Amino acid sequence: MKNPYPHPHPPSLTLAVSAAITIALVVGLALAPLARAADPRAKGYAIAEASDNSDNGFGDSAVKLKMILKTSAGRTTERVLEIRTLERENAGVGDKSVVVFSSPADIGGTALLSHAKLVTPDDQWLYLPALKRVKRISSKNKSGPFVGSEFAFEDFTALELGKFDYKYLRSETFAGLACNVIERYPKYQYSGYTKSVGWIDQADKQLRKVDFYDRKGELLKTLTFKGYKRYAGKYWRPHQLEMVNHQTGKSTVLLYAKYQFGAGLRGADFVSTALTRTR
Amino acid sequence: MIKPLRHLLLIPAIAALGASAQEDGGGAFDADGFFVPGSDEAPGAGGERGGEFDADGFFAPEGDTDPGTTPTDAADAAGAPDDELFAEPEGGGLRFDDDLADEFRPWKLGGYVGAEARWFFEDARYPDQLDGFQPSLLLQPELSFETRDGRHQFRLTPFFRYDAQDSQRTHFDLREANWRLVGDGWDLLAGVGKVYWGVAESRHLVDVINQVDAVEDIDEEDKLGQPMLNLNLTRDWGTLGLFAMTGFRERSFPGAGGRLRPGLPVRDDDAIFESGLEHWYPEFALRYQHTLGGFDIGAHYFHGTGREPTFVPSADGTFLRPRYEIINQVGLDLQYTKDAWLWKLEAIGREGHGSPFLASVAGVEYTFFGAFGGSADLGLLFEHLYDGRDADAPPTAFDNDLFAGARLALNDTQDTSLLAGAIFDPSDSTAAILLEAERRLGDRWKVELEARVFAGPADEGSAYRDLAEDSFVALRLTRHF
Repeated sequence: MKNPYPHPHPPSLTLAVSAAITIALVVGLALAPLARAADPRAKGYAIAEASDNSDNGFGDSAVKLKMILKTSAGRTTERVLEIRTLERENAGVGDKSVVVFSSPADIGGTALLSHAKLVTPDDQWLYLPALKRVKRISSKNKSGPFVGSEFAFEDFTALELGKFDYKYLRSETFAGLACNVIERYPKYQYSGYTKSVGWIDQADKQLRKVDFYDRKGELLKTLTFKGYKRYAGKYWRPHQLEMVNHQTGKSTVLLYAKYQFGAGLRGADFVSTALTRTR
Repeated sequence: MIKPLRHLLLIPAIAALGASAQEDGGGAFDADGFFVPGSDEAPGAGGERGGEFDADGFFAPEGDTDPGTTPTDAADAAGAPDDELFAEPEGGGLRFDDDLADEFRPWKLGGYVGAEARWFFEDARYPDQLDGFQPSLLLQPELSFETRDGRHQFRLTPFFRYDAQDSQRTHFDLREANWRLVGDGWDLLAGVGKVYWGVAESRHLVDVINQVDAVEDIDEEDKLGQPMLNLNLTRDWGTLGLFAMTGFRERSFPGAGGRLRPGLPVRDDDAIFESGLEHWYPEFALRYQHTLGGFDIGAHYFHGTGREPTFVPSADGTFLRPRYEIINQVGLDLQYTKDAWLWKLEAIGREGHGSPFLASVAGVEYTFFGAFGGSADLGLLFEHLYDGRDADAPPTAFDNDLFAGARLALNDTQDTSLLAGAIFDPSDSTAAILLEAERRLGDRWKVELEARVFAGPADEGSAYRDLAEDSFVALRLTRHF
């Protein structure tokens, strides 16, 4: 087969020129990290990557949470759900997760299975227990409300490093912690956000706050993370998340129970046919 | 899990006390195990220490920076009224409670109880049939038990309806009564079970395992429990399901006084079977499912007593006897999901009901997310239904029909949704129209409104001749537990 790539350098070049180019390349490569450190995009990515890597190796987890929906008038509605997560097989794909609702009672047992991808759309299936039906659903619905809450689908599913471009903004103290502030720009289609700004603390590399900006570039929502606890000496998990919608005055609080790690979940538990075993 | 081990596993966690000043511990877990925010939420609270979990997932309190404060005090100060979850290292009387600490509940009770009123607003076509209101009561508890390791699941789902007007609609069924053993990449179910196959909305052509509980509704979505042994193997190449069944379930039909029935009532206790083994004819099915990118693929083979009956007039001509024949069926169900489009196909080939024939449902579903500028979703559905069966096969209305529908989900906290659809038969200009609306009231109540209208000429041979006067509106109120 014909080589589709151009020859690395024209054969007419002399050895000396060739050597000079080689030296230039070597020096260039050696200096590149310095250049990257100064590049806010590379630095932003490195901060997000360090945060993402702090979670490497967790394997699988299961956690129950209470979702409290608050209207601007202060009226509240509660839901109880469980999230089971299987860590990604490699850096080229995302985590797999199942969200199972136990309340409100009429949707008890309803489950949502997601196979997160990086830039291509996630795969999602919905399990309807009354009919025992599993239905593959469109994952275009990134910005729609997740079960009537202030969380959008993408707030739950678009947590993969590769789903965003990043930019380092500044360092500042937030909630008493020295934080790096970075901007994230969604690379996937149909996001409801033009960007989000995240505060990641420098010591433990965990997200402490995120501001979300809508398609018009205006501040839409703020998500704060509290009650961080550490599991197995290394995996940090927040136990109180609050999403405030600045444009509607509504908010949603997530209160987490203890995480279970190493619950023995396997790939076979995260295929669409396994949803019928949900209870 | 062995209890004493947990105390051993606490040791590394205690040894790691104070490892991080960034842990914001201003909260605790309540009796249900959920995080209760601490009282101090001011900026700077991040430095406050709470506690940490050990490798086994149990919370171990951190020694407070104030030497005079015990861990229990810390929990109280953090606003947690119940501290069963917390270990008390000095043995102060607090213990782990298995259920609370693990958040594991082996028993679960769900289900619903409800009341329904149907209103037939036209006079009945046939004598004996009820007119006007048809009230009924429903009960479906769902009890399940799971062992801690998740290997054994038991389910019991009885269903009962009391109908004030139609004694045939007053009925009991075991929707599920089964045991499931879950292995590594396989599971085995024994008992009365329920499965759903297929992707289409207007007709459930490939869904052949469970008999239709036709007395419930005419949409063929209510099914009777089917005794079965079902082994499922989950591998990289897909899921393979093997079914061995016997104990055939006869389709339920309205009584002579009921609406939504053929001209002559069907007597379901006087069935005719092709097999001398009647209900005990052994049945087998094979099911394969897999996902490849945007494609969800399903295929099946079924051999057994066909769930659809033909009807034979009784000797005295006063009622119909259902006749059940042995069939072989192969089928395919396919969905391609791309952006907001769902492309769907269900197709079967069947022999045993008259001459061998093909039938299919093919269609598309498109959803406008965030329709009307808000958070509502509007889905549009179009399907074509084809059925090539001959007159010797069980009757169907869906020989060559078109379905169009719209589904509106408001995505509000009460999950309000609306569905409107119609199946048209261009050959005889009849249509079956459906309207459904539902909304949750509070946390535990749900109200559903359903209307079905049979429109078009009611002459001899038209699909809905027997149902032409059976248009109805139903209101259902259920309490879920």
